[in-house]
Amino acid sequence: LRPAPLPRRAFFWLVSLLLASLLWFVSVQLSDRENANLQYGLLVFGAAVSVLLQEAFRFAYFKLLKKADEGLATISEDGRSPISLRQMAYVSGLSFGIISGVFSVINILADSIGPGTVGIHGDSPYYFITSAFLTTALVLLHTFWGVIFFDACEKRRYWCLGLVVASHLLTSGLTFLNPWYEASLLPILLLTLCTGLWAFSTAGGSFRSVRKCLSCKR
Amino acid sequence: MTELSAHLPQFQHGQLTENFPDNHLSNTNDNSERRRHDNSERRRNDNPESETNGQPQNNIQQVVEQDEEEDEELTLKYGAKHVIMLFVPVTLCMVVVVATIKSVGFYTRKDGQLIYTPFTEETETVGQRALNSILNAAIMISVIIVMTILLVVLYKYRCYKVIHGWLIISSLLLLFFFSFIYLGEVFKTYNVAMDYITVALIIWNFGVVGMICIHWKGPLRLQQAYLIMISALMALVFIKYLPEWTAWLILAVISVYDLVAVLCPKGPLRMLVETAQERNETLFPALIYSSTMIWLVNMAEEDPEAQRKASKNSSYDKQAPANQTQNEDAEADDGGFSREWQQQRDNRIGPIESTPESRAAVQALPSNSQTSEDPEERGVKLGLGDFIFYSVLVGKASATASGDWNTTLACFVAILIGLCLTLLLLAIFKKALPALPISITFGLVFYFATDNLVQPFMDQLAFHQFYI
Repeated sequence: LRPAPLPRRAFFWLVSLLLASLLWFVSVQLSDRENANLQYGLLVFGAAVSVLLQEAFRFAYFKLLKKADEGLATISEDGRSPISLRQMAYVSGLSFGIISGVFSVINILADSIGPGTVGIHGDSPYYFITSAFLTTALVLLHTFWGVIFFDACEKRRYWCLGLVVASHLLTSGLTFLNPWYEASLLPILLLTLCTGLWAFSTAGGSFRSVRKCLSCKR
Repeated sequence: MTELSAHLPQFQHGQLTENFPDNHLSNTNDNSERRRHDNSERRRNDNPESETNGQPQNNIQQVVEQDEEEDEELTLKYGAKHVIMLFVPVTLCMVVVVATIKSVGFYTRKDGQLIYTPFTEETETVGQRALNSILNAAIMISVIIVMTILLVVLYKYRCYKVIHGWLIISSLLLLFFFSFIYLGEVFKTYNVAMDYITVALIIWNFGVVGMICIHWKGPLRLQQAYLIMISALMALVFIKYLPEWTAWLILAVISVYDLVAVLCPKGPLRMLVETAQERNETLFPALIYSSTMIWLVNMAEEDPEAQRKASKNSSYDKQAPANQTQNEDAEADDGGFSREWQQQRDNRIGPIESTPESRAAVQALPSNSQTSEDPEERGVKLGLGDFIFYSVLVGKASATASGDWNTTLACFVAILIGLCLTLLLLAIFKKALPALPISITFGLVFYFATDNLVQPFMDQLAFHQFYI
């Protein structure tokens, strides 16, 4: 029902990415190119800044949607907004996730068509498959975070907000352990599962509703 | 960007000009009254320029407003539908262009330049290259301006036959010659063996059906498909024959020109539209892409009633070859939006020569439309030139960017956002607006930013397999 939701949210994410890259780029330019450790540290710093910026933009988007929603509700005849906040949260999270996932993985996908051998220089040969799993987890996580985030903002539960930001940072941090896939991939998948359950319960689901749905009752 | 509420088709009382879906901004309460009345807006984006082959392209996007009382839910539904209907063709065109660029090597190979861009960019110094590209862009823009003025003059003095002939030649060239080249290159890329007889049959059928659909009647989807294909072909030719810096400069200058031409009181496009409105005519439908079939073009001599009835079953506007005065009636359809895209018929005569006539013809068509319309008709007109330039931007981004897919995606999103914003502005201002400036600005900013800033960052992250 929403007019073209995806590009707008994607735009917000892109802007946040742009700002984060700008910051990183500037910091790289100002720093010593030769020092590998410094570069690595800057990269970590850049990633952390990017995570924080993404969450900030998610918040900004929430504010924007809230205003739009109020406007819509005023206009509508029964004083109610036609789009529920839950739907908005879901779509917002989904589009953040999609654009984030696509940006992360599309070049890898494009390269995977071409001739080459994975990990020929000593890196892990599981690069592609782990990238695939990580991207999946990331997209799902963004969707869940969107739902939880919007709900937390709506109900002013700021600890929830903090938890979402913290889990985002944690996920990003876990990927820094990357060639050691047991330490990074497994926890991330577990985190995805937990966040999913949390989002599901936030959205109003429960064990009973799942059972009702599965048994196809009305 | 706030959500766009659906536009309500509204009938502007007294003035039946255009019904176009209006996009409301849902979060502006103070505008609610206005929004209710402005359901459709017409935005016209004229882009008369002679493209590399000297084909003027007009991008006119018009959204007509109608005043109507409607359910807010309905408004939202229509608004969403409307924006999506605008997004889908633009996306399709860009997808076709990017797919071709990525697979067929012909369009990224440098095989010379058009005569409109005589200065080469392979120079020794950066300064020389910059100077050459500025000169190229200046030449191109002046050609376009001249062509547009020529077209406006022709239109003002009612030389409809000349214009019409010009348009026919343009679309002939595009549909036959360029698609022949395209087909040949695709076959070469995939190493498909083909004989001339089959190719002749294919091209003949493709071209003739295209001519009929575009200039006369045809199923809506087919016509839309042809318009998209034509825009994609044009964009591909531009991408191939414009050197890099020239292309970016031209894009930037074109959007400025578009802004000036449509909004300034003495701008050629604006004069064209106003003249058309005074005469109560529709502008050349061949350059307009309609997303709904409810347009019915009546010949001035024919009985409007009979026409209307006759065309109730047809789906397209019928263009009288000799008569440019057409009244479009939009039948109430199922509430869909009629969007007319203006076909840009850039006559691309070929990479080498260009005919001024075709160029002027293509350029001269602003997609302004019809003054008398059925109140229930809704539609937005978008000029084909908009299609073409959006696709040129995205295509160039995918062809030359080091960031490859990331840059392409970023430009794509930026253009769509620009389109959204333009539609929003259309809802607010309710008059013809240029569709190029905002989208192209966003696209250019995102292209350069993503290519130079984001790409190294993402590259490093991907190298270490970090995720953010």
